[in-house]
This record gives sequence, structure tokens and C-alpha cells, in this order.
Amino acid sequence: MAIEIVQPSGVGLSKIAVSETHGENSPYFAGWKAYDENPYHEKDNPSGVIQMGLAENQVSFDLLEKYLESNQEAASWGKKVSGFKENALFQDYHGLLSFRKAMASFMEKVRGGKAKFDPERVVLTAGATAANELLTFILADPGDALLIPTPYYPGFDRDLRWRTGVEIVPIHCESSNNFQITPEALESAYDHATSMNMKVRGVLITNPSNPLGATVQRKVLEEILDFVTRKNIHLVSDEIYSGSVFHSHEFISIAEILESRNHQDSERCHIVYSLSKDLGLPGFRVGTVYSYNDQVVTTARRMSSFTLISSQTQLLLATMLSDSEFTEKYIEINRERLRKRYETIVDGLKRAGIECLKGNAGLFCWMNLSPYLSENTKSGELEIWKTIMEEVRLNISPGSSCRCSEAGWFRVCFANMSEETLEVALLRLHEFMDTRRRERNMLSVL
Amino acid sequence: MLSKKASVDSHGEESSYFMGLQEYEKNPYDPVHNPSGIIQLGLAENQLSMELLESWLEKNSDVTGFKEDGGSIFKELALFQDYHGLPTFKKELAEFMEEIRGKRVRMDPNKVVLTAGSTSANETLMFCLADAGDVFLIPTPYYPGYDRDLKWRTGVEIVPIQCTSSNYFRITKFALEEAYKQAQKQNLNVKGILITNPSNPLGTTMSKEEIDIVINFCMTKLIHIVSDEIFSATVFSSPKFVSILEALPERNLQDSIAMNLVHVVYSLSKDLGLSGFRVGMIYSNNKMVISAATKMSSFGLISSQTQHLISNILGDKKFMKYYMKENARRLKKRHEMLVSKLKRIGIRCLRSNAGLFCWVNMRHLLSCDTFEAEFELWNKILCNIKLNISPGSSCHCSEPGWFRICFANVSEEMLQVSMQRMKVFVETVIGDQIRHRNMQISFSRKPLVTKWAFGLSSFDHQLDR
Repeated sequence: MAIEIVQPSGVGLSKIAVSETHGENSPYFAGWKAYDENPYHEKDNPSGVIQMGLAENQVSFDLLEKYLESNQEAASWGKKVSGFKENALFQDYHGLLSFRKAMASFMEKVRGGKAKFDPERVVLTAGATAANELLTFILADPGDALLIPTPYYPGFDRDLRWRTGVEIVPIHCESSNNFQITPEALESAYDHATSMNMKVRGVLITNPSNPLGATVQRKVLEEILDFVTRKNIHLVSDEIYSGSVFHSHEFISIAEILESRNHQDSERCHIVYSLSKDLGLPGFRVGTVYSYNDQVVTTARRMSSFTLISSQTQLLLATMLSDSEFTEKYIEINRERLRKRYETIVDGLKRAGIECLKGNAGLFCWMNLSPYLSENTKSGELEIWKTIMEEVRLNISPGSSCRCSEAGWFRVCFANMSEETLEVALLRLHEFMDTRRRERNMLSVL
Repeated sequence: MLSKKASVDSHGEESSYFMGLQEYEKNPYDPVHNPSGIIQLGLAENQLSMELLESWLEKNSDVTGFKEDGGSIFKELALFQDYHGLPTFKKELAEFMEEIRGKRVRMDPNKVVLTAGSTSANETLMFCLADAGDVFLIPTPYYPGYDRDLKWRTGVEIVPIQCTSSNYFRITKFALEEAYKQAQKQNLNVKGILITNPSNPLGTTMSKEEIDIVINFCMTKLIHIVSDEIFSATVFSSPKFVSILEALPERNLQDSIAMNLVHVVYSLSKDLGLSGFRVGMIYSNNKMVISAATKMSSFGLISSQTQHLISNILGDKKFMKYYMKENARRLKKRHEMLVSKLKRIGIRCLRSNAGLFCWVNMRHLLSCDTFEAEFELWNKILCNIKLNISPGSSCHCSEPGWFRICFANVSEEMLQVSMQRMKVFVETVIGDQIRHRNMQISFSRKPLVTKWAFGLSSFDHQLDR
């Protein structure tokens, strides 16, 4: 039987599928291409591109490997493999109770016991990427706005907006006060959103901040909480770097603030956490939404069906994170190693004539190259970024990809490589800056 | 305070399908500790072949220990979050899918997108193929979870393609046209059809003719076809499974627009019983779909630890060949057990050759031919004889009286106990019907035929044994 077949160019996909909101055309991703095509290797390719754009934590793997060596049953359902069947069939979106308990306990330890976490409020998701998107689906409708302080993690543009249809309105922060969020900036962002006829549903902060590598101060947290309460909107605190604070007393979680206020009006607060940064396990896809709002917990749990954590992985980590001796030691040593790395890079940059924002957390530093721009604009910034990528062969993240309102700032990661590689990177940068200064001096003499 | 999506019931958890599961949680059967508890016959899990996997694991402990070629690969795996997935894993998945299709199709690992379970795969495809407010047509009866998976966050609508028992619930051109017209009447834009092959809840594979009807329809209307083939390796008797991916080259459509319209969903939750591990995937020849879906998979990646383990299991071809054969044999045996026991108490099933369940005809047990009566019957079975089975209405069946009964998630003993309870129940219901009829006869001069007698003798001789 003949069929009438029309031959257009193709059957349409959804608007979402063809939109650019996945964000993969930004320079943030172009740097990766340069790295992929010519990756540095100590022996095989010592002049290759060094990847300093990836916020991974590779400094404490030996601790994890040592744990696995001494606790082989954690990853294998025991000698008789007796727990396998039950584990393999477990797809309950509540998640393994033992794992939720272990996560809650780990989150408490990371905060030095200054806040308590209830396992019943822990909702599991396949990574913080999923957690952030899920919360956005729950807290906002398409067309609504979330306020986010700049500079922010470039991935938010995709994670929070792409499939949800929600908009991001920036809360502009400036170097004049170390990029801290001010009440004026909050009000200004809110008014801006309202003037564009967008309904503001919440504020999302990252604490410790990516890309600043600094914790949010108590006073600022209190101000933000007061602001969201006044406006009757939500507050999402992405605390995925909470275990990467160099000195534990310097991190104040929103959980502590809420406890100090006796959980008054806390239903508007939600915390996102993950093991990708603190434990260096991004491949295992372990994220969580912790909400003080019962309806959000229930809804998030149901929605997590779309993004469950493998029960195999839940079991392994439940065992590991329930081991208090291991977790306490890990948190302490990991912190110390990150602090040392941070000092190395900041000192090295200083010797090269480059200043950084004073940081106290995270896997990166926020470097200031604004004095060296040919022009104090985004294109001036991208120009120097391109030069650093092509001549110095370092992939770093330009502030514009983080929506920074000032040109010339760059995020430089330090924990995703060996100490030797970091030294090589610093040496290259040093030489580059030396050359540039000499060229400038020559020009000024002419 | 929360979004519309959070406040509405579109998560679908008020349906009887989910309610039954909840009741079970409160009072689960245990042969020793709770012999009068609820037996769970509403969960389509495959528990029949787990110990085959267990013995494989015992012999291959290096794999779970993150060891390979004498060294540790833990760090490498822990850091691996590339949404393209572990190459060896995709290669093994593609080859496994080829095996399931009797090597009649070549499957390219580069056309595989990994997702955390088929729940995620189905939702992701909706996000890629349809805008909020668009429609996907789905043949009834269908898996209750689709109401949540396809519609909740995407805003996509489902319009049913009504299938009826008169032709064993097969899809007809007429039903397709009617569904399409129905969508148009509501001013809705149809973007595609979603078929489940083998079918849940029917347990049947689609015939070539049926697949052709669907392909022809979609090519004329220029709409997508999503073929959910997650039960493809549960086929235990003839006819053999025909994937939509085979139908295209067979009709010489491999260079046509049809190639860009077809997308397959797969998962290891049913065939391998690994529902907790969240291993799902999308397979498509459409480059744009692959590109968009791959990026979207960031929201639901498979744990690299699990990718590594499964890659090794699937890579053991000798084991997998044995597993598939043995798994099919066990499913067949269990299926026959359920069907024969039901037959002995006068209950017929739709003839089926796949899946983890039977589609059971209990229309003769209804007090009348309505969905209220079906709900009443379901409730009685749940509360009086403590069996949780899925009523056809939860699967959007167009005719009341059909139920899905699972057989692969319980032990043989539990199935025996269930059937014993069913026997007693059916005898009571029939007894009540006879008494009722006798009372009616004594007040009337016309002899009446009971629904019971009707139900057994009508077209059922064409249905299953």
C-alpha cells in the first residue's frame, strides 16, 4: 500500500531541545576543547595544556583507597554476596535509611556538630546538578525568577533554567567589598526582576562560594535570611563545598542560623549538598536536597524517581560514612591538604605579581588580572584568557562565564592535579607575567 | 508558596496502583512471621534469576573491589562523570541489546544515551520531543507510571489509543486515527506515539503487522515513535520479539525520514532485575535527539561504580548467554504456573509470551460491568484475601474487569498461597452470584443466565488456556 510521505527537513524537536540554554557554547566550554586536544602529561606531554578549569578534589584519594582496602566488604555485599539481591532490587525513592543516616551524620561532622540534620529530611538525588534542578521545579514556575549573587557557577545557567523555564536575575556583587552580598544589591535585584514582570520565588546562594572560594559571613547570612523572610520567598543554600573550608570555624551554615533562631520560619530554607567535591566522588552521583519544609521534602522525594542514586553506591557510602573514625580523620586531613594547596597557589601567584581574593575554602582561588587587561571590558578579559590558554597553555575560567560584573577576574583550580603539576603551572604563569611586564616597561619607555 | 507542579496531583500517586503498594508496606506477607499478611502481586520485578548474578559476583570479586589488571581503578572511576558514559559500558550495552534482538540489528554505542533508569529516559525523551501542552498518544492499557513519568514536569499530555479485548488489545489503524482526532478536537498538537513492546500490562509482544501500522501512521503524520522495550529479554515463548529497530531496515526505510522518528528506551531493571542500580538508556538514530538527550542526562547520570560493574557482567558473554536462556526458562515456568492455577478456578488470562505478569480477565466476577464494580472487586481482593493486584482502570483500560497479576517477584510458595486464597474468594463470589440469581429466578418466570456462565463461554475460547 503506498503511503504519502512528506519530506521536510526533519520532524521538529521541542523548544527546549533546540534552545541554547544548555549553555555549552560559552567560552567556559571552549577552554575544555583546547585541553582535550592537547592535555598536559608530566612525561608524555610536558608542554600540553594544564587543566585548571575543573573544580575537582583529587588531594585525598589515598585516604579513600586505604579505607576500601581495609573494608573490602563495603563494596561487595559481603563474602557470601548475601545482601546483593535486596540491594539490587531496592529502588525506593526514600533511599536506604542507613545511607540517609550516614549522610545526615556526615553533614553534621562537616559543620563541626554546630547543626543537627534529620535523616527524614534528606532527599537523595543523582548529584547536586539534579538537586538544584529538582528544587527549582518545586519552588518556581516557568517564567519566574531566582536571584543569584554574581559571580556564580556557570553550570547554574543550564541546571536551573534549561528544562524548568525559570529565569536567573543576578545579585551584583563587587570587588570593592570582596564580592559580599549586600542588602542593597538584594533589593536592587528584586526590583529589577519585578520591573521585568517576573515573580521572584527565591534566592540561591553558594556557601562556600564558587567561584570566590570564600565562605559567606554570619552577618551576611542573617541579612539574606531577613530579606527572604520580608519578601516571603525561598532560600536555597548550595553548601557542596562545606567540607572544603580550610578552618572549620570559619564556615557558618544556614542550618546554624536557623537553629539559633529556633527554626522559626525555616520552611522557606533548603540546603543542597553532594559528595562530589568534599569526597572527590563526582562519578558516583551522590547529591541531596535537605529541606525544612515538609511539602518540599515529600514532593522532592517523589521527583527524585527521575534521578535516584544507584543502590549499589548508596550501600558503599552508607558503610563508609557511618565509620566515624574514618570520616573525622578524612575531614580533618582533607581540609589541611586543601589549605596547603591554597597557600601554595596564592604565594606562587603573588610572586608572579598577581593578587587573589582572600579565600578560605573550596578547590580554587579567585584571581585578579584586571590590572593587566588591555581594556577593562569583557573582550579585554577574553583576550587575556585566550592568550593564557594558547601561550601559557593553562585552561582557567574567565569571570565573564561566571557573570561577574567586573572584568579581569579568573577562577583557577588547584586541587585537581598533583603538587608537581601545580608548580609547573605557577612557573609558566610567572614567566608569562615577567615577559608581559618587560614588554609593558619597554612600551612605556618608547 | 510552591510551584504549580509541586502542588498538583500530577505525580499520580493517588491512583490505586500506588495505594495498593502502600497498603502492602503496612502489612507485608511473611511465611513465618506474618502468614496472613498482604502478598505483593502488583510489583513487576524480576526476582527469579538473582542467584545467577550472585554466583557470578562470587567468582568475580575483583570487579567490585575496583581492581583491574592488577591495579586499582577507583580514582579513575570516582572522577568519571562524563555524560557520554564509560565507553566499554556503552559498547557492552549495545552488544547485549543486539543479542536480545537475535543479532538482527546492529546497534551503535554512539547512539546510546545513558540515564538513571528508564523512568529518566522516558521523561528525557518527552523533554526533547515535545513542548508543554503537546500530546503523546499511548495505547491502553498502559503502565500507570507513565502518567507521572511523561507528564509531571514536562507538561506533556497523554491521549489514549483505546484498545479492546475484541482483538486482544492490539493496536488498530482506526484506534490510532480516533486518538489523533481526539487530540485535534482539544486543539492539542500530537508529537508522537509511545508504545511498550513487549507490553506492560499485557505481557504480549507486538506483531510485525502492528508495528507496521504504527510506523505507517507516524510517517504520514510525521510524528515520533518512542518504543519502550524494557521487557525485551523477558520473552519466554513464541512469537519472538520484534524490535521496532528491525522493522525499519526490513521495509527499506533506513534512509528515510522514519529513521529520525524512532527512539528506543531500554533498562536493566526488568530483564536483569537490577531496578535499584538505575541503569537505563535511550537509543536513537536522530543526531539532534542524541545531542540534546546526552546533555540532559546530566540530571540523571548512572553511577560510574555501577557502569563499571555492569560492563563487566555484560562483557562475560558466556555467562550472559546462559543467563538469558535460564531466565526465560524460569519465567516461562512461573507464567505457566500462574495461568494454569487461575484456569482451574475459572479465570482466564490474555495469551502472553513475555513480561513479568499476566493480564487477567475477571469480568465475570464483577457485580456489574462498571469501573466502580472493578474498584469494589479490587478492594475486596486487597482487604478480604490480602492480595495486591493491579486493577485495569489504573492502567487506563477501556473495559472494566481486567487485572494485572505479577508472578516473578514472589516465591513459588507465595504464588501457591495466593492462588489458594483466590480459589476460596472466587468460590465465595460465584456462590453469591448463584444465590442472587436463584433469588431473581424465584421472582421471575424467565430463565436467566448468570454473568459467570457468560464470562466463561463467550469469546474466551480464543483467549488463553
